[in-house]
Amino acid sequence: MEYLIGIQGPDFVLVAADTIAANSIIQMKHDHDKMFKLSEKILMLCVGEAGDTVQFAEYIQKNVQLYKMRNGEEELCITVTVAEAWLVGWCLCGLKICNPNGLFASETGVSFLALGKRGVKEGIWKGVLCRARVTDYVFWCVCTDLTRDEAVELLKKCLEELKKRFILSLPSFNVRLIDKDGIKDLEKLPLAAA
Amino acid sequence: MALLEVCGYRDGDRSAGPFGTRGTVMDRSSHFSFGMKTAEFAVPVGVDPQAFLSPYTAGEGDVRIHLNHGTTTLAFKFQHGVVVAVDSRASAGNYIASKDANKVIEINPYLLGTMSGSAADCQYWERLLAKECRLFKLRNKERISVCAASKLLSNMMCEYRGMGLSMGSMICGWDKQGPGLYYVDDNGTRLSGQLFSTGCGSSYAYGVVDSGYRYDLSMEEAYDLGRRAIAHATHRDAYSGGVVNLYHMRQDGWIKICKDDVAELIHQYALESK
Repeated sequence: MEYLIGIQGPDFVLVAADTIAANSIIQMKHDHDKMFKLSEKILMLCVGEAGDTVQFAEYIQKNVQLYKMRNGEEELCITVTVAEAWLVGWCLCGLKICNPNGLFASETGVSFLALGKRGVKEGIWKGVLCRARVTDYVFWCVCTDLTRDEAVELLKKCLEELKKRFILSLPSFNVRLIDKDGIKDLEKLPLAAA
Repeated sequence: MALLEVCGYRDGDRSAGPFGTRGTVMDRSSHFSFGMKTAEFAVPVGVDPQAFLSPYTAGEGDVRIHLNHGTTTLAFKFQHGVVVAVDSRASAGNYIASKDANKVIEINPYLLGTMSGSAADCQYWERLLAKECRLFKLRNKERISVCAASKLLSNMMCEYRGMGLSMGSMICGWDKQGPGLYYVDDNGTRLSGQLFSTGCGSSYAYGVVDSGYRYDLSMEEAYDLGRRAIAHATHRDAYSGGVVNLYHMRQDGWIKICKDDVAELIHQYALESK
């Protein structure tokens, strides 16, 4: 059971993913990084079936590198065919080199659970909670005029709501910010100590 | 799309995959054979193990094949290297087939693999891994890293996903980056970490190790922690028992520390607590 969040601002993207790697009911690893760097400014977050996530993400990573080697520049608009065999929900976000941000989310079998979120100002943003499989959640939203600090505050509110309603305890999240200068690690967000 | 061409994806090409039947986008370069001729099992054309097995594993019918990882193994990294502790009971359903099975496979003097799940699968795939590690050393004149060895094993598991393999293994070693510990699973999981325990007795072992684990343990304390965790797990878990086989992976290779009967260990701990 995993969780990914992406928030797109006017000139940046803020993403967070939980850091638990689990095997049925046992947490095997508490500092697992679910974000895969595809290029200097493109990050892919993957959740889903155990081996599939890593294999799929590394496949895409290596092919992007190969393309760069062959063609001398990166693919600006990455479109990926998600084959049905891959049970992976992923969130692809990053800066296109000359264009404004793109934040894409795509899952096989998406069902839109909720539009909007309690407790955050209406009218400024529009968020969508997608359910990739019964147990994995991907949340992404597009905001028109959010500053970086407001985005981090929004993220913290999302995580508090998660702590309140999600059936599992997800103690820590990796947070990264992508803007025209590249990918930056922000501090890990622990949910408030119980 | 340019990227699709680069990836080599051809729509309608369903012939890639083991046994020539599973359609997949992945490149068939037989990664675990380093590009040599594919090492596959020889089966008749048209065999599709995944389709055959899925009613029995995914479970619509009355018959379920449910494979237990009937064992307890654990490994943890600490300041002096990696400690590996395993039990030695081999069970076949309700029958104890052996009380003295060796669940640690000595891949080479610097790499150890543990076994849980189906003994046949673990032994075969880890021996295959040993062969690939040896070939790597002969071709590249240096020892394979723990990271690469675990990735090879993980790729082998991913190749045969859904076909009924059952293996939960920890690859431990010492390479240029220091001590390494990876957990590799039959459903493709590969995780690096400080502490892992596998098998159906692992929840008991986790309880003991989590209470006593620190990175700065001395060697004697670490050995005692490993022995204690396995002994307590065998005390409560029906599918674990026999003796504790304890190994220590150091910079100059692994050494076998002890082979202690769990019954004696439990008596000793009971006396100590009085």
